[in-house]
Amino acid sequence: MTIRNMSLALVLSGALAVPALAQDLKIGFVTTLSGPAGYFGQDARDAFNLAIEHGGGALGGAKINLLVEDDAVKPGQGKQIADRFLKGEGVKLFTGIIFSNVAAAIVPDILEGGGTYVSLNAAPSELAGKECNKNYFVMSWQNDSLHESAGANATRLGFKKAFLVAPNYQAGKDAIAGFKRFFKGEIAGEVYTVLNATDYAAEIARIRASDADMVFHFLPGGAGIAFARQYAAAGLKLPQVVSGASADSVIVKAVGEPLLGTSVSAQWSSDLDNPVNKKFVEDFQKKYGRMPSQWAAQAYDTALGIASALKANGGKFETNAFRAALAKADFQLTRGPFKFGPNQHPVQDWYAMKVVKSDSGDFVLKLDQKILSNHTDVYGKDCKM
Amino acid sequence: MSLFIEQILNGVQLGVALFLLAAGLTLIFGIMGVINLAHGSLYMIGAFAMAWATARTGSFWLGVPFGLAAAALTGVLMEVLIIRRLYARDHLDQVLATYGLILFFNQMATIIFGRQPLFLAPPSELSGFITLLPGMQYPVYRMVIIAAGLLVAIGLYLLIARTRIGMLVRAGATHREMVRALGVDITLLYTFVFALGALLAGFAGIMAGPLYGVTAGMGEQILILTFVVVVIGGVGSIRGAFYGALLVGIVDTMLRAFLPGLLRHFMAGQEADALGGGIGSMGVYLLMALVLAIKPKGLFPAHG
Repeated sequence: MTIRNMSLALVLSGALAVPALAQDLKIGFVTTLSGPAGYFGQDARDAFNLAIEHGGGALGGAKINLLVEDDAVKPGQGKQIADRFLKGEGVKLFTGIIFSNVAAAIVPDILEGGGTYVSLNAAPSELAGKECNKNYFVMSWQNDSLHESAGANATRLGFKKAFLVAPNYQAGKDAIAGFKRFFKGEIAGEVYTVLNATDYAAEIARIRASDADMVFHFLPGGAGIAFARQYAAAGLKLPQVVSGASADSVIVKAVGEPLLGTSVSAQWSSDLDNPVNKKFVEDFQKKYGRMPSQWAAQAYDTALGIASALKANGGKFETNAFRAALAKADFQLTRGPFKFGPNQHPVQDWYAMKVVKSDSGDFVLKLDQKILSNHTDVYGKDCKM
Repeated sequence: MSLFIEQILNGVQLGVALFLLAAGLTLIFGIMGVINLAHGSLYMIGAFAMAWATARTGSFWLGVPFGLAAAALTGVLMEVLIIRRLYARDHLDQVLATYGLILFFNQMATIIFGRQPLFLAPPSELSGFITLLPGMQYPVYRMVIIAAGLLVAIGLYLLIARTRIGMLVRAGATHREMVRALGVDITLLYTFVFALGALLAGFAGIMAGPLYGVTAGMGEQILILTFVVVVIGGVGSIRGAFYGALLVGIVDTMLRAFLPGLLRHFMAGQEADALGGGIGSMGVYLLMALVLAIKPKGLFPAHG
């Protein structure tokens, strides 16, 4: 595995060194590749590259030069990269940001600088309402929706009293607000943790001392793995009801047994039966030797969205024409039906999945049932384009 | 009450982990005058080496010595190849060079092990939980960390207070020029101190691995708290590092655990939780500012 990864890295760095032709369309891909959430950016980047490969090195007929940089979850670092892309490289089209605090810091800069941003993940509430922008599209979900789906799911499963845990930043607050909006039961307590913390002993002790009958948390990436394992090690048996952010395929596989039976909600599942998804899941596994996560699917969908808008304009990027074409949402994604709401955020279906043990002994997410149809966010009504 | 005891234990557990890191950091700074930002990398290397060896051999108990050896060896190489050239230079050069080392080691770990965090279960004899009081369960692994950390602290105390090499280390921390003047092989002493620091950092990383996961950049997350410990305890003082680490561990945990509850007496639930979380994460830095205002050289200054 070591040798293979090293040679992969060499091949990748070699590929980056190939000079791109001047007329290639540059896409600025600012993403998170380091730290406990580094695999989000890795999956997003790999899936985006897969979509480009499926298009023969192009998206919608436009040859693509993908400029990938790591923001390390630091808004300041992300700002510098975006600035360099905008002014130094003349990039007009951006995507890739994983974390909401980074998005909130640099998306306004990109838009002011005349760029277009198509989000494949983060979609903080402050950019969805009054501050919405005609050149800002979201292909993933508005942050709250992830957790609204978990709230709806917890209500469906009949839980009465929830304990909530989320990191202390905008997306964490969006998470708790979103969950509460769709959860009909009581709240036994809520805790805000340090963003990207890895030790949850203090929070777990508080959950144990509460009278909750379930736990909802928004702890993506390595944080979610650490939490789930420490939770099990502390002997807690309270069921967890979470969104895909806190129990994606990577987390489920890493944690295993303690998550068995956990109900997880997301807008995508690898089991969704449509041709685009089938091809994506199969080719991703073939190319990268691992199951695609939700993050990979969102990035692939974003690439498909961008491709549709470029194709409608004959493979050329021009801000206004691109916007008009993308807004039509004329594409088939790995998910079910998809259209844009008034704030250019998704209107889409949400599904519940269950953690099960596969035949090969791995722990995986299995599609259970649809829980929300044509779901949108509450901020669209404040958006005046 | 059992919640309170559990949180104290959590605080002590964080404290001993911080102590293992801070002891090395404070010695290296106190004796060699080097600010080693790459100390967290040694923590990470210990964890990765242990995870790798554990996966290969299938035994945590073989992984541990391997991780320790890897961290200590990396420490020696780091000292001989790079840090040694920095003793005579100013702190800015040291910070720059050791920051470069952080980037190097993190990238190296990413290339070799990938970006997904590695998770390994604690060995079966250390997993599960024990019942301390009726209705109060505590993970065995965390108890073991506390015990191991305290044992290392005692061992370190004996080494520093009762042995010849410890005498040199102490002398090096307080009267650096005199030790040199007396003809002690200072080069060897420096390498020894650096290796000892690396070994302790590696040990902290090894114990943290099964708990938090092993990932590139894991060292930097704890490094900042470690610096807080060193500053609070007094630069160069092992005793200061010990009390500073326990203080920081307990204060940090207690604020996280109980501050929102206390604030709820004064304000609405949601604001109390958000504000409590915010102050809780600032708490140790406020503590540091307070200590520095009263005792500018830290609680147990080593240099007179």
